[in-house]
Amino acid sequence: MTETVAVVDYGMGNLHSAGKALEKMAAEGQRFVITGDPDVVRAADRVVFPGVGAIRDCIKVITDTGLDRAILDAIDAYKPVLGICVGMQAMMDHSEENGGVDCLGVFSGQVRFFGEQYGETGGRLKVPHMGWNQVRQAFDHPLWEGIDDNSRFYFVHSYCATEVPDEELAGRCEYGLTFAAAVAKQNVFAVQFHPEKSADAGLRLLANFLRWRP
Amino acid sequence: MTLAKRIIPCLDVDAGRVVKGVQFVEIRDAGDPVEVARRYNEAGADEITFLDITASHQDRDTTLETVERMASQVFIPLTVGGGVRTLQDIRNLLNAGADKVSINSAAVKDPEFVREAAQRFGSQCIVVAIDAKKVSGESENNRWEIFTHGGRKPTGIDAIEWATRMTDYGAGEILLTSMDRDGTKNGFDIALTRGISDAVPVPVIASGGVGNLQHLVDGVIQGGADAVLAASIFHFGEYSIAEAKDYMARAGIEMRI
Repeated sequence: MTETVAVVDYGMGNLHSAGKALEKMAAEGQRFVITGDPDVVRAADRVVFPGVGAIRDCIKVITDTGLDRAILDAIDAYKPVLGICVGMQAMMDHSEENGGVDCLGVFSGQVRFFGEQYGETGGRLKVPHMGWNQVRQAFDHPLWEGIDDNSRFYFVHSYCATEVPDEELAGRCEYGLTFAAAVAKQNVFAVQFHPEKSADAGLRLLANFLRWRP
Repeated sequence: MTLAKRIIPCLDVDAGRVVKGVQFVEIRDAGDPVEVARRYNEAGADEITFLDITASHQDRDTTLETVERMASQVFIPLTVGGGVRTLQDIRNLLNAGADKVSINSAAVKDPEFVREAAQRFGSQCIVVAIDAKKVSGESENNRWEIFTHGGRKPTGIDAIEWATRMTDYGAGEILLTSMDRDGTKNGFDIALTRGISDAVPVPVIASGGVGNLQHLVDGVIQGGADAVLAASIFHFGEYSIAEAKDYMARAGIEMRI
């Protein structure tokens, strides 16, 4: 069996780590293509949508290039799709970053700035939320298989998804407020953290995704 | 559930080789940064910082190759600093697999560079490295200034003001080194660390002076640092990352164990 996994490249950032981590965890017969071509994304068997940088740039580029349609088509075709970081944020309803940006609306929820929050000890919370934080799994999911509840993953972001309905909320994280660390719906899974930078737990999640048959 | 404080071993790399040797048991090539990074990853390091001290321009390609090899094998965050002067330098390092790039002298020379870099690549990957030295006398209020060129060149810029300005310009993290403490093993400059940490809204990495595990605890609890960076105590096997984490956790600090 051969299978093509497309890693969506909208030209914003470093896909080297994500690509290498996916290759390392590949199932037999899987090949990876890092691409900005909507047709290649559409033709792939699985899609990974990583994102970095500002949401307005992300949405603008994927809309201008037709990558947004390609990702939505892959979702409609019931292919496994994994969103990472800004890739997850882009799949929510709306983000307040950059003065407010409408997103793809795959998941219900709002992306908000962490804002002025205070930590347990009274000190101001630093933004970006940067480092290893615990993720509380909200329900069983094939992508959590073999990963302990409350495992730590590496996060780096200033905006976070909130107001996600329970049925789509796969994992919670706390940093001043409780936000969505992972969301899931049918054949789509998306995470705010960086699995490709989260050592064993992150690599396991990628391996689970690459073997997922929703 | 809280965010863990980070322990970051720092590798000084010259033309693709680790300088000042790393003494691990059973390591095949203690001079290979990739091998060393892999061992630190296995030992539980939360990030790796790679300081490129390569002098010659030709060897910069070696640096990119090393970063690329490291990012292909070590799946924790990697910051690369040293000689970052242009947007193209940043682009090259990020493309090679660095997650964050640390800017030092180039920021002092042209502060706008930090703004441009943050706008282009996002604050999350722009670290500003600050080398500070105490300039106030015994009876005066504490005052630190920025020094460049490995602490040799004074700039007259106040360290706290500078840190604030750099975060206003978009730096997503501050790597703070006390030039007074660097290499002394007498511990971080706590007043400096606290001063910067309280002044900026972004995470601060404390660096310079770590000689024992209590110093790491002090940097976090007294200094308010979000992460601690050390080289020699780990490289020479005085303490393992696990021992450091265990010690810090027992002092009540949230750690990734």
